[in-house]
Amino acid sequence: MSAQDQIKKTVSENDVVLYMKGTPVFPQCGFSSTVVQILDYVGAEYASVNVLEDPEIRQGIKDYNNWPTIPQVFVKGEFIGGCDIVKEMFETGELRTMLSDKGITTKA
Amino acid sequence: MGIIASSIKEKLKQSFNPSQLEVIDESHKHAHHRGAHEHAADGGSAESHFHVVIISDKFEGLSRLAKHRAVLDVLSEEIAQIHAFSLEASAGQCVELPVSV
Repeated sequence: MSAQDQIKKTVSENDVVLYMKGTPVFPQCGFSSTVVQILDYVGAEYASVNVLEDPEIRQGIKDYNNWPTIPQVFVKGEFIGGCDIVKEMFETGELRTMLSDKGITTKA
Repeated sequence: MGIIASSIKEKLKQSFNPSQLEVIDESHKHAHHRGAHEHAADGGSAESHFHVVIISDKFEGLSRLAKHRAVLDVLSEEIAQIHAFSLEASAGQCVELPVSV
């Protein structure tokens, strides 16, 4: 399967997907770590993909969306943004609203 | 100011005519971590981490994603050469700095 097909499959099969450097337990980049903390805080379940494990996915995720940076967050297959956008959405409360609008359970 | 920083500044000025623009080179804060080493090993310059704050009327009415995309598109050459880029882009309201009493 090509990297593009693999990404398409992952983001369509999981409600929330985080492409990141490292893992939620051991993030290897400050921006990835911030997004992990936010998603954990709002209590949304998410699948994570460590782009450092696969150079093709690492490049592929940048091409998939024509978005040059990592982390990247997808909700129901839709690209939401990277660390800056997720952080702003979290701070204004939009993140939680958007997740619940899309039927994703968060912590109260 | 480094060559990448000046290039970022110049392109953003030309494209967005910003009322406020700050291009902050944060590379020194990251000089010891893995990303910076990888970046240097790949032949990257000492300019690796940037934070940009930009306020421009041209962002009026754009979604967050669209604002970020507009900036990223203009800076694609620069972003390809650096390790980290973060951005605060706004159309201009509510940007007063907190005043300490």
